[in-house]
Amino acid sequence: MTHSQTGAIGAHNAKVMNRFDLTKRLVGRLKHDEAVIGGIGNANFDLWACGQRPQNFYMLGSMGLAIPIALGVAIAQPKRHVIALEGDGSLLMQLGCLATVAMRAPKNLTIVLWDNGIYQITGSQPTASAATADLTAIARGAGIANSAWAADEDDFDRLVAAALNDRGPRLIAARIDHKPAVATTDRDPVQIRERFMRGLGAKSSAA
Amino acid sequence: MTEPQMRSAAWHETVLATLKSNNVRLITYVPDKVLTPLIKALHGDAFFTTFATTREEEALGIVTGAWMGGMRGAVLMQTSGFATLPNALASLVVPCQIPALLFVSERGTLGEFNLGQAMVCKTMRPVLDALGVENHTITRQDELAFILDRSIKQAVATQAPVAFILSPLLTGGKVFAQ
Repeated sequence: MTHSQTGAIGAHNAKVMNRFDLTKRLVGRLKHDEAVIGGIGNANFDLWACGQRPQNFYMLGSMGLAIPIALGVAIAQPKRHVIALEGDGSLLMQLGCLATVAMRAPKNLTIVLWDNGIYQITGSQPTASAATADLTAIARGAGIANSAWAADEDDFDRLVAAALNDRGPRLIAARIDHKPAVATTDRDPVQIRERFMRGLGAKSSAA
Repeated sequence: MTEPQMRSAAWHETVLATLKSNNVRLITYVPDKVLTPLIKALHGDAFFTTFATTREEEALGIVTGAWMGGMRGAVLMQTSGFATLPNALASLVVPCQIPALLFVSERGTLGEFNLGQAMVCKTMRPVLDALGVENHTITRQDELAFILDRSIKQAVATQAPVAFILSPLLTGGKVFAQ
């Protein structure tokens, strides 16, 4: 396959994987009530499909803000690891947040980038990462030195395990296929936020 | 014994003190000339975690995440910066019921020299009203602490954002540099 068909020109050696499969692998490694912020669209749909952990936040709008939201959680709860799941189109909309994350350097923050090279949910129009933009290089240039493409599923598992044990921040990028998400999140913002806050212990469950 | 200190607090001292007394610890901002004394004082006070972001919606996303993690926060911006926020307000902060505190230094009125600021200023209150976001234009130092303190408590109690528009009548605003 050529770059223009599969996206992520900087990741030409990386295997094209599946977002739902990788999300399952990621969630399966979470043993310490880590917080996960699912970005708009398929990133949070596949997170939802992997089981509705109370420590998951599903972003129904505000495209591009999964990483800033995760950074806020990481600042408020420095002992909890926080993971942002974000798509290439969403990250391209809010590239500045990479510089902010690097500047703040939260030890407990990991960014997982799902790069399929398309705006999948709006009709699969190509993103800049399908042609010319390497988002791991941009992240490194912004100051997140620990930014890498996952070569394959085993490498993704290894990078996730390292992220959960090491000092962050870290960005893990995965080339993914064009399969749609396997389910759709229930669109109830208050319930999502309320459950997340209780899952983080920010609200008493007795209240 | 010296005479009692009669100097009234500067507006930015009142803002800082009211944030602190309400345990608002996280401050994100996109810089603004008028807000500079407040920003400088916040950076100088270890009670606060204060930093600049690249865009106002990023600043708002960070404060939203922090609130959900149990930490109160406020976003500082100028009028043109507010104009970048309607989507993040309408699709995140308002529907998720996040008590984000927005401080907007008002540009575009009472001596504005920049046509763009004057135009964008006209959109600010209609947008806030359309979204149902409580907003107060603060013009007087003697009303500042009351408005801020009551409104922060109301925002938390009712789980709703609130915007404080800081008028040039309060801050002195920004005037054309000769």
